[in-house]
Amino acid sequence: MIPASFDYVEADSAAAAIAALAQHGDEAKLLAGGHSLIPLMKFRLAAPSVLVDIGRISDLSYINDGGDHVAIGALTRHRAVETSDMLASEAPLLKHVASQVGDPSVRHRGTIGGSLAHGDPASDLPAALLALNGSMVAQGPNGERVIPAREFFTGFLETALAADEMLTEIRIPKAAGAGWSYQKFNRRAQDWAIVGVAAVHNGSTGVALVNMGATPIVANSVESALAGGASIADAAAVAADGTEPPEDLNADAEYRSHLARVLVERALTEAQS
Amino acid sequence: MTAVESGVVGTPMVRKEDPKLLTGEGKYVDDIHAHGELWMGMVRSTMAHARITNVDTADAAAMPGVHAVYTGAQLQEMGLWIAPLPCAWVVTEDMVNPPHYPTAIDEVRHVGEIVAVVLAETRYGAADAAEQVVVDYEPLPAVASIEAARDGGATAHSDHSTNKAYHWPLVPDPEALDAAFANATHTIKAEFIQQRLIPAAMEPRGVLAIPSPHGGDVTLYSSTQVPHILKVMVAATTGIPEHKIRIVAPAVGGGFGAKLNVNPDELLAVTLANKLGRPVRWTETRSEAAFSTHQGRGQLQTIELASDADGKLMGCRVHVDADMGAYMMLITPGVPLLGSFLYTGVYAVPAFGFTCDGYFTNLTPTDAYRGAGRPEASYAIERAMDILALEVGVGPDEIRRRNYLGDGQPFENLETPGSLVFDSGNYGPNLDAALDMAKYSELRAEQQRRRDAGDTKQLGIGLCTYVEICGLAPSRALGGLNYGAGGWEHGMVRFLPTGMVEVVSGSTPHGQGHETSWSMIVADKLGIDPAQVTVLHSDTAISPLGLDTYGSRSLAVGGVAIAMACDKVVEKARLIAAHQMEANPDDLEFAGGSFTVKGSPDKTMPIQAVAFGAFTAHDLPDGMEPNLQEQVTYDPANFVFPFGTHVAVVEVDTVTGETNLTDYIAIDDCGNQINPLIVEGQVHGGIVQGVAQALWEEAAYDADGNCKNPSFLDYLVPSPAEVPSIVTGFTTTPSTTNPLGVKGVGEAGTIGSAAAVINAVCDALSPYGVTDIEMPATPRRVWKTIQEAQS
Repeated sequence: MIPASFDYVEADSAAAAIAALAQHGDEAKLLAGGHSLIPLMKFRLAAPSVLVDIGRISDLSYINDGGDHVAIGALTRHRAVETSDMLASEAPLLKHVASQVGDPSVRHRGTIGGSLAHGDPASDLPAALLALNGSMVAQGPNGERVIPAREFFTGFLETALAADEMLTEIRIPKAAGAGWSYQKFNRRAQDWAIVGVAAVHNGSTGVALVNMGATPIVANSVESALAGGASIADAAAVAADGTEPPEDLNADAEYRSHLARVLVERALTEAQS
Repeated sequence: MTAVESGVVGTPMVRKEDPKLLTGEGKYVDDIHAHGELWMGMVRSTMAHARITNVDTADAAAMPGVHAVYTGAQLQEMGLWIAPLPCAWVVTEDMVNPPHYPTAIDEVRHVGEIVAVVLAETRYGAADAAEQVVVDYEPLPAVASIEAARDGGATAHSDHSTNKAYHWPLVPDPEALDAAFANATHTIKAEFIQQRLIPAAMEPRGVLAIPSPHGGDVTLYSSTQVPHILKVMVAATTGIPEHKIRIVAPAVGGGFGAKLNVNPDELLAVTLANKLGRPVRWTETRSEAAFSTHQGRGQLQTIELASDADGKLMGCRVHVDADMGAYMMLITPGVPLLGSFLYTGVYAVPAFGFTCDGYFTNLTPTDAYRGAGRPEASYAIERAMDILALEVGVGPDEIRRRNYLGDGQPFENLETPGSLVFDSGNYGPNLDAALDMAKYSELRAEQQRRRDAGDTKQLGIGLCTYVEICGLAPSRALGGLNYGAGGWEHGMVRFLPTGMVEVVSGSTPHGQGHETSWSMIVADKLGIDPAQVTVLHSDTAISPLGLDTYGSRSLAVGGVAIAMACDKVVEKARLIAAHQMEANPDDLEFAGGSFTVKGSPDKTMPIQAVAFGAFTAHDLPDGMEPNLQEQVTYDPANFVFPFGTHVAVVEVDTVTGETNLTDYIAIDDCGNQINPLIVEGQVHGGIVQGVAQALWEEAAYDADGNCKNPSFLDYLVPSPAEVPSIVTGFTTTPSTTNPLGVKGVGEAGTIGSAAAVINAVCDALSPYGVTDIEMPATPRRVWKTIQEAQS
């Protein structure tokens, strides 16, 4: 619980943070709310030699109307997402999922961008982004690019962000009136999901799984089955197909697969009701 | 002596110590600093069992800010200690007790055992340097479970031929026991696993040793429950003269038994501080605590019950295999035996037999953890009673009612099958109150409705009537158990010249609220305001006599000593007042803090005036010593035996295996209560700690002896979000052992709750053919158990 030594750089703008990343390369990590990175450093599972603190960049904390989408600044805290009126009407799934992250102190400190950029397969928010078909805005030395959420999570704790890119904005397509559900199964309220399912029903149905693989994943088998006209029960039955669920003290692959099937059925039932 | 009858005692007074603790004004060990202090960084074994072939400290020693690096072998050669770490409870004459030094010398026997110590200017520097020490190991076969220890394929100590540490029998009449089983109509046999638990006090352990190179004294600040015991043991292990040692337990943030020990780090800090002439400190990290602090439980239990056709108990036979871990710590071997007397619970059992085998493993040592042996015993008998009820075909309430000691009627000083004399009990009305408050028949109706409907969320109702043995302890009884100390407690009460009162307490708080409870007792005894009382404690220079806090003993022993000291103060004050008022002492009445001459209400003298007269000593009876200060060392004649009935209600999702504890009703009986607010807090915390064992907590090890969940990431301590609002109620059956009529309550909740919860889970799943489930009843385990029972 005692991190190794590191240098600390405070960035006052996204440009400054990106410049710091360019200067220090792989040795640098961005520090936002710190609720994923700091524990890893305390366990000495991560030992970046430079921390670039972006927590004081005030213009990256917002929830704005982007026309056909809601634009959320990457440094917006979970608490702000959880209490947003705009998200309540345009993307209630995201608002709800933010309320399920950790505990109140985590939600007052952690940021949506930090959680997504960390890419933890057990985190809640990535699944919401996948189900909602959102997208991420990445800023780098050569400007901005937009990455669809479904192309963002590339490996275990790895994303499509380049080493000198910073996630600056999250975009959620507006979907007022869409059916939705988030099924989070865990042993204690504050924990990561053992398995979680996010579903959005808005004509077509988007379904994503938490902690059912090395990355946050789309439930492709379920989506295909539904697109082909399968019933909820039949679609749920294939929820674990093609997944490689992790094993830990809470669950082996067999139990995780069972939970995925049960929770997908519950999520689809709720989202389509 | 008169019992405390009126005033503040019995009222829910808000705790005096809370403002300073809640605002950070209270200082814990880690808050206390000394000029020139060095931090210890521990190099801990990464192997459960291995020979140490080389320790390379060169790189670590060369790091900036590193003062010294010592290997275990070097420390041994330095001659810092004259004896190994103490085991104060050698339970049998032939008990195996391998030497256990603060650091491993040539063989490590559990992950986390200290191999080398770094001393550095900063905590971070110590951690960095410890990481640079390179230890070469030659792996030895690890004994990573009780089963493996019993199997004996490998030994936890390479120079031992067996892992068995001792065999301890309590079988008063073997023939009668065999006959009971031979003649029984019903017999049941059950095996239970008491998983290892990692104590998780809010404040981790820590030490700060401050030497006095010229005076030869050493002061050790330690986050300990037992400063007085620690003082004796530091002297006995290091050879430092006892009168040169001062131990201070400052604010201590919980212990639960885990701070009832003499630890390697404490001895390292003291001896290295003396050696180097500089203060030495260490605070365990949370993950380190999973290895550096002892663990709880770790038992395999087999219990058999024999009954007649009506379910009336005829015999109870128990065997326990207990996991000592790698070494015997302070009371490691005795913990399972503390439960031995309670395997017959609250029941009249004509024939009883208990045996226990202790085994060494290559795991962190076990020792006391909230309840220490008694939650395990209570769990076994209360689970077994439910199994017997199913066998006999009666309800869990009925099987208990048919077997209560005293036939469910009030009793005093009743001899039990476990060779104890219960001071008092009255179990029938306690059960009635619990069932009533739980609306038991409505719950059963709702359960039936869900069963009939095939609901996927089944309701389970679990009962437990526990009794515990606490108020440790009559010194003679401890002597009879080969325990290395007595069980008395010391208290002193003195008036200051200005009329304020100082209490010196031998028992030491680590969250229990001694300052409040003792102030309340003294306030009522002396007729003063609790705010006029200060309680001094937890520093051997201030409170030289004491046996500290464990085994729910503070009030039933230490609180009684203070009440008795108050009586002595009043009696001396009576003589002084009578002298100064020119009255016969027998003609004085003491009430409301004043002495009054009977029949002359205007002739009165406040006790503060008497105290000032005792201080000036201008006009005392001939030969009387000045000052108003009295002390009592109280050795109780018996233990105390609190009891209660708990009802747990769970909803089990049979599809996912998730268990939701929806309601918890506890009717406890701890005799007379000094502060109901503190009692309720103890009951709540105790219950959650037992529920935690039932549903969440387990120190999990792999086959190589590595703990798989040494942090709060995976070791699941429940939060308030996981437990329902606990409903508490009380019956009051005063103890006949002590004049306050009090019993302990610190461990009671833990002793009752694990069995209540698992009984409820099994009750919910009985339609699925499930008869037992291992703790913790995790969703996966419940789901798999249903799957297996159905297949």
